[in-house]
Amino acid sequence: MMIKLQAKKIIFGYTSHPILDNVDFEIAPSKLVTIVGPNGSGKSTLIKCMDRIVSPQGGSILIDRKDVTNMGRMDMARYLSYVPQSSVRIFPTNVFDTILMGRRPHIGWLGSDKDEKKVWDVLRLLDIESLAMRNFSELSGGQQQKVLIARALVQEAEVMLLDEPTSNLDIWHQLDVMNIIRDVVKKKEITAIMALHDLNLASYYSDRIIMMKKGKIVAAGDPHSVITEENIASVYRVEAAVRSLSDRPMIMPLRQIREAKA
Amino acid sequence: MTSFRTLFFQGKPDAGLSRARRAGKKSNPEMAHERFKFIRIFFVLGIVGLLVLLTGIIITLGPLNISVIDSYSALLARFWPGHFSVDALISRVVWNIRFPRILGGIMAGFGLGICGCVMQAVLKNPLASPFTLGITAGAQFGISVAAVIGFSILGGPYFIIGNAFACALLCSLFIIGLAAIKGASSENLVLAGIAVNYFFTAMSQLLKYFASDEQLRLMTNWGMGDLAAFSWTNSQLLLVIFIICIPLLMTKCWDLNIMTAGDETAKSIGVNAERTRIFIMVVSSLLVATIVCFMGTIAFVGLVAPHMARMVIGGDHRFLIPASGVLGALVLMSADAVGMNLIAPTIIPTGIMTSIVGVPFFMYLMMKGKRKEFWT
Repeated sequence: MMIKLQAKKIIFGYTSHPILDNVDFEIAPSKLVTIVGPNGSGKSTLIKCMDRIVSPQGGSILIDRKDVTNMGRMDMARYLSYVPQSSVRIFPTNVFDTILMGRRPHIGWLGSDKDEKKVWDVLRLLDIESLAMRNFSELSGGQQQKVLIARALVQEAEVMLLDEPTSNLDIWHQLDVMNIIRDVVKKKEITAIMALHDLNLASYYSDRIIMMKKGKIVAAGDPHSVITEENIASVYRVEAAVRSLSDRPMIMPLRQIREAKA
Repeated sequence: MTSFRTLFFQGKPDAGLSRARRAGKKSNPEMAHERFKFIRIFFVLGIVGLLVLLTGIIITLGPLNISVIDSYSALLARFWPGHFSVDALISRVVWNIRFPRILGGIMAGFGLGICGCVMQAVLKNPLASPFTLGITAGAQFGISVAAVIGFSILGGPYFIIGNAFACALLCSLFIIGLAAIKGASSENLVLAGIAVNYFFTAMSQLLKYFASDEQLRLMTNWGMGDLAAFSWTNSQLLLVIFIICIPLLMTKCWDLNIMTAGDETAKSIGVNAERTRIFIMVVSSLLVATIVCFMGTIAFVGLVAPHMARMVIGGDHRFLIPASGVLGALVLMSADAVGMNLIAPTIIPTGIMTSIVGVPFFMYLMMKGKRKEFWT
């Protein structure tokens, strides 16, 4: 297997209370990978550690066998881009300028027409050209998420990290955002790694799923091997029915599992 | 042509769009963006022009009759002697009396506007101003020490000013250092700033409590915000600090744009948010401390000039920094001109006049703004 990204022994948290406990995994190029797990399992922290938004206490991230852990931020931003869950804007910024920020790792002091052209290309790719001059904070949640994805795209990094990109969206926009991510993974041959809550979305769109519990990876592989009734029961403490639908496992949660009194 | 295209490609707007693009034409959003970029540059150039114009007009105000032409000639003759015919008396009055004060106003306003702009960006706080970091409290404390205890780090004419500068800078560096230990987030900085501000204010008040009448007068004379202290020597000093600090701030204009999107985003795009924040704070503290020690507190300009600029040209710091500076200069010099001439020969201090003239103007802009946000 070709390896695009490799995470080695990522450690975060305190010794008594590890949030990430020696996390190891490898990801092939041009794949859509989701990290799932219950609240507090460390999936968002893992995403943030990979981009050094929080600094892990140990471990390293390799992209194309190159260690990005000790790079300067600006250099690392050319390898890894990040889409936050949401973005607050204190001051008004239009969509165009918001996306142009993503060119920072490539930009000279004044910026050039080439950078602006790249912004227009991405705006067209995501079909949001008409929003270019709108104020970011006036947009709907779905539109904002698309703009944040666009900003990560103009960064031209080969690996894109996303932190629960669908968490504030209705189901139409959830599909919209997931379709966009799937399309750019294919068209631009980038690797997308996202933390996701919704197991069915993860199952439907992912090439590979990593399931975490208490800072450790408990299962990893294609959706059929990870989304199983046994894994849902042991990781989420939920009894669920898993059925295959259009060749993807779909889950229907049935009831909570209460620990037996010892 | 447009109507034909919309008719023909109805329901398939993309087909028309891509066809237009292949023909080398720009789409509507692109045209709007080009227009926006033009307005932005036009606005910056426009206010610079206004500044030059106003300089010439304000020079004419005063007991000696000088025409606008005379005032420009007198200034230009200093740079290209022999090309302009100027009366010697007018030339002396313009160059030695009226222009230094105006230049001082321009520089102070420019510096405060710029510092307000960058501080609002790195603190992600529309209420931030150059004085959020305790500059005034520090300077006031320095002056109290000089006046009451009689201790100053510099002697002679800089007895008061030297202390104001040193304490203002110390106070803000103390705040920055305090926040840096806990992680230089904007919340930490604002909190540390407010706390230390109270501390230094209390210390000044303690000294004030024991001060004699004469010492009190010495203390209150400073702090009204007055441009009277600006002479050619002081302006040169200020100019040196400007030449060092402003290019340093301008090199960070992209990072400032990104910082307003939050630390997480900034880090992911490659900007070390905490280091940038400290850098901006240190540089602008130096700049503000220099301005403040000469003229006291004129807080309003630094708070408001960036908001005015943002209303017109948006949040891109490549343009926002210069525009905030020029608008700050415009507000300060106009207010000072009014203060000088309203009830002449009595001069109303600049700081008082800036707020009296500036606040209604800002209120007007605030009410007129189309957008819902609180600053427009």
